[in-house]
Amino acid sequence: MNSKLPLPLEIHDLTVAYQKKPVLYGIDLEIQEGSLVGILGPNGAGKSTLIKAVMGMIRPDDGFIKIFGETNRKGITRVGYVPQRENIDWDFPVTAMDVVLMGRIGHTGWFKRFSKRDRIFAAECLDQMNMLPYADRQIGNLSGGQQQRIFLARALAQQSDLYLMDEPFAGVDAVTEQTIVDLLKQLRNQGKTIVVVHHDLSTATDYFDFLALLNFRLIAYGSSGAVFNHDLLQKTYGGKLTVLSEIGEKKMNLNSPESRLFK
Amino acid sequence: MSLPRINFSLLGLLSFGLISSSMLHANQPLTANEEAVLGKALVFLSFQDPSLRVMVLGVLLMGLNCGLMGGYIVTRRLSMFGDTLSHAVLPGIAVGYSLTQSKNNWALMLGATFSGFAGVWFISFLSRHTKIKTDSAMAIVLSGFYALGICLIAYLQKSDGGGVANLENYLFGSIVGFSQGDLLPIVCSLILVLGTFVLFSKELLATGFDPSFARSIGLPVGLLEFSLSALLTFCIVSSLQIIGVVLVSALLIIPAATAALITIRMDKLLLLSGVLGAVSGFTGCFISFLKNGLPVGPVITLCSASIFLTILWLHPSQGRVCLWARSFKRNQKIRLENTLKACYQVLEELSFLEESFPQSLLGKRRGKSSGEIEREIDALVRHGYATRVLSVGQKQSDLPPETMITLTPSGWELACKMIRNHRLWELYLTQEASYAADHVHDDAEKIEHIIGEKTIRQLERILSNPRLDPHGKLIPSQLDIESGWTREHSSP
Repeated sequence: MNSKLPLPLEIHDLTVAYQKKPVLYGIDLEIQEGSLVGILGPNGAGKSTLIKAVMGMIRPDDGFIKIFGETNRKGITRVGYVPQRENIDWDFPVTAMDVVLMGRIGHTGWFKRFSKRDRIFAAECLDQMNMLPYADRQIGNLSGGQQQRIFLARALAQQSDLYLMDEPFAGVDAVTEQTIVDLLKQLRNQGKTIVVVHHDLSTATDYFDFLALLNFRLIAYGSSGAVFNHDLLQKTYGGKLTVLSEIGEKKMNLNSPESRLFK
Repeated sequence: MSLPRINFSLLGLLSFGLISSSMLHANQPLTANEEAVLGKALVFLSFQDPSLRVMVLGVLLMGLNCGLMGGYIVTRRLSMFGDTLSHAVLPGIAVGYSLTQSKNNWALMLGATFSGFAGVWFISFLSRHTKIKTDSAMAIVLSGFYALGICLIAYLQKSDGGGVANLENYLFGSIVGFSQGDLLPIVCSLILVLGTFVLFSKELLATGFDPSFARSIGLPVGLLEFSLSALLTFCIVSSLQIIGVVLVSALLIIPAATAALITIRMDKLLLLSGVLGAVSGFTGCFISFLKNGLPVGPVITLCSASIFLTILWLHPSQGRVCLWARSFKRNQKIRLENTLKACYQVLEELSFLEESFPQSLLGKRRGKSSGEIEREIDALVRHGYATRVLSVGQKQSDLPPETMITLTPSGWELACKMIRNHRLWELYLTQEASYAADHVHDDAEKIEHIIGEKTIRQLERILSNPRLDPHGKLIPSQLDIESGWTREHSSP
């Protein structure tokens, strides 16, 4: 790999806290282009938080994130994001096709309507996820797995270089899961970089080339074969680093505006 | 496709309004009063009077504006927010008036806009920096600002010697004295709303549906949301004079909610909502013009509410009444088919030796009273599935005369098909889906009515044209259906 090319995703000393409670602490992560990465860790380990921090939805308390060598605010336009499905208003009056077309907004620009080419491309993306027959359905009238496929089709339509997916396998059936896996591998083969939050240990090594084990700290990052072993998993799932977590909370309070008054 | 239908119901509503207000006693000779009302209607509908024209234009544009804006509010679940904002502008109107000592439009508008923004800021402050949830924050702002506004207005009117500008009109709205100058804010607001919606339709759709995604593709979600609440404030402020603080939210919410009943596309929803808003405004204005005493704001609200109810009940695919009618029809069909099935079973019990059978046997089979059976047979006869003859029987017998029933060819065909559906399905369940034979009947009772001919062909192929069901009874074949009940049936 050419070392001059900026990395798709570079996370440096990232600390994120929710209301002064640190969730991620001093994370360093560099992801090479063309990697298919799974982020593993127990519930509350900060997996989604990491993704949200990269997407700029949460402000980090420390450290920085670079996307293709730029700040994440600028680089974000090169990222295709598949959010968790919980935060969606399913009664909103949009059809499946409308949702996929949203992936083309970045390519269309302000004030313009979607071109015919955008529409054709969106239809192709729907077709690739086997969802073309449902194009005119209201999004809430689809099953969970179908909704997930629509969101993946939207990500496809974005033609991004880096994809971040937050638990795309949550609550989908085996067929949809296989469709998603095929899609991930296909994107990887096209040279795209994909980072997926995952929580199923049994499939992790089959699905991903690289694994990041996360629990408050980044426990390990490396090729699936190297990282997926008993010791490291024990360390990841064996409970948080309690002392670090408590002391970290004190440190966060130190930075808060109230305590600054007394300096 | 749905638009023309709605327009019909709107026309209906319009004419209803006309009838109820002017022709209540149509069969009596017109009294002077009624003639006056008719004359007024003519004056209104001819659009000759210039001041009237301005008024009508005003309510039309206001309705359109509120309808469009409402489309965004309702789909974003901001209905309560719209209501809050409309109440929050009241103190601003009072302050604007007291500062300029005149009913100058722009001063009041400016005051109202500031006051509205203050309300919005207060809501977001409360929900962001305290434990208070958004709904409580909105309730606090709504009631607090509204109370403040009423007190301010009361105070101003007292200190004025009570009676200069009728600020109370801003509470409930009024169209009296509506002039060309009052039209201007509405037009400005409408242009802003239309422009924003046309230019940013796809961005607004994305931010409304999935804000985190919208942010991820670099859209300024916060700015767009802020512009929407600014537009909403302008829309409310410009509509206040006609419809009033209290009811403006109705015109924001009801047309959009009506449109949401009908369509699943945002662009159609907005269009429909705007049209419904304009129609409500026009109709309301018309009715209130005919009946001098009726305040225009409440009448407009009632109009949009009646449109909502009409569509809720009568929409062809979603309307409650139509859904009931459909399920009633379906139940009738099922009852008819069940009666026919029972007829077949009675014939089967008689080993197909007879063509006709007495009504009492059918009653026994169906387990129903003679009255109910009578009605079921009435239905069969009405549909041409059976004929009924009162048999006097053997003339010398003193048995009471018995009603004899004979199936017509079409009745026989349908009866055979139902029995075939039932038994084929039972066989399929036992053979292919490994159901126990005593478990299949209830399922087949339902499936027989909804399984189509296509599936039947499929089942016949899968089961290689079976003759007997799991209980050893004959499954009627196509040949049986066509040839009618011949003696062959007795020997399978």
